[in-house]
Amino acid sequence: MRETDVMVIGGGPAGLSAAAEAASFGCDVTLVESDLALGGQLIKQTHKFFGSKDERAGTRGFKISELLLEELSGYGNVKTYTNCTATGYYPEDGVVTCVRAEDEYFKIKPKKIVMATGAQERLIPFPNNHLPGVYGAGAVQTLMNVYGVKPGDKVLMVGAGNIGLIVSYQLIQAGVQVAGIVEAMDKVGGYWVHAAKVRRLGVPIYLRHTIVEAIGEQYVTGAVIQEIDERFQPQGERKSLDVDIICMAVGLSPTCELLWQAGCEMVFVPELCGYVAQRDRNMRTSHKDIWVAGDAAGIEEASSAMVEGRIAGVSTARALGRGTHE
Amino acid sequence: MTDKQKLFNSGILTEERPGAVSPPRDLWENKKNGLVIIECPQRIPCNPCHTSCPTGAVVPFDDINDQPQIDYSKCTGCARCVAVCPGLACFVVDLTWGDESRALMKLPYEMLPSPEEGRQVDCLNREGNVVAKGTIVRVTEPMHDKTKVVQVEVPKDLVMDIRAIKVV
Repeated sequence: MRETDVMVIGGGPAGLSAAAEAASFGCDVTLVESDLALGGQLIKQTHKFFGSKDERAGTRGFKISELLLEELSGYGNVKTYTNCTATGYYPEDGVVTCVRAEDEYFKIKPKKIVMATGAQERLIPFPNNHLPGVYGAGAVQTLMNVYGVKPGDKVLMVGAGNIGLIVSYQLIQAGVQVAGIVEAMDKVGGYWVHAAKVRRLGVPIYLRHTIVEAIGEQYVTGAVIQEIDERFQPQGERKSLDVDIICMAVGLSPTCELLWQAGCEMVFVPELCGYVAQRDRNMRTSHKDIWVAGDAAGIEEASSAMVEGRIAGVSTARALGRGTHE
Repeated sequence: MTDKQKLFNSGILTEERPGAVSPPRDLWENKKNGLVIIECPQRIPCNPCHTSCPTGAVVPFDDINDQPQIDYSKCTGCARCVAVCPGLACFVVDLTWGDESRALMKLPYEMLPSPEEGRQVDCLNREGNVVAKGTIVRVTEPMHDKTKVVQVEVPKDLVMDIRAIKVV
């Protein structure tokens, strides 16, 4: 069976940061990533990041991914596997099972694990939401920004959080018309400046509105939106929009199946968007060999994911007795 | 909720607020190369406008969440912040440009088609309505990072309305 000092599950901003940090202390690191490429959501982020200069503010997300990969490539003690999914954790012996591509199956026994499994998109129910043309914002970003495929001609964005606002801006950059953004709350949830960016390009933001129906037989040909009252019940006039894409940006939930499986103590924290592993300030869970970082530890954003990954990486190295740089 | 509040809540600036103020008029009227207007009225964790300012005109933040404050006596209108700001919230307005009725705006631009010098463009207000025609004077890419700074000649009386261009 394969062995490693630190196994990092997930190759997004948190996982790459954890791997680089643990490797910098001389740990032998194995990183698995289910996607075909490393970088997680960063590779789709064509906008500049907020924050401070030290945390790469003003740099576009995909550039940050390149910088992290460059840092990682400087360490000979890191093995990375893409197209490789960690399918299970076995608490009785601490073995992780992995499937690489379609046919290669292997077991690995790490001394320590950093779970950096990211998040899953939420969807909301409405009639005809099964139609082709109803996308999660992540899929729209993947099509546009990773594969260079224009997802459609005219879009309704559902949700004015940062993802909804940023992806709307990116859609306009890709030549897609944004017919409008609906937001259930009475103000945008994302940064005001992101809203201002799309507003000045002529995109209406319908506050206290939701999507009530997708229109179409074989695929989306329109959407119906409606105002909602204080109890989020639709009221008043229904408005039809002529769109071929309905893009859902209504929130994320931490991906934490492996943490449940490992028996980590889990708590429901609404502010972190769901169940998350109870963890200490060094990102260590209630399981002495398992750390968590990034969106899997609670929905934040990439800058905090990178900081959490660094902390988890240092902390695993310390736990292995390698806590100081030579 | 008032209509103004609703507009603001959807990303439209309706009046001056902390982090979104106009330059002092008398200084502004005679300042060659212009002065910056930053429209960043919400506390967010971000400070590249300050860290990138070569003259210290965006004063140091006590807390990274602070809204930017500008020492207009130091602003040279260089538009570095226009190129750097991740929120595209910085705009430079030069009131000394051209004749009495014209002004020059330096606006961030990340769209296609690429703007070309000499070309007529639509000038958009904060709600995306076309309020005037403008002429592109110069296009630069100060940070070589795909954010262009477009210098566009606009009607002087609309400098507090125009916030974007559309290349048509």
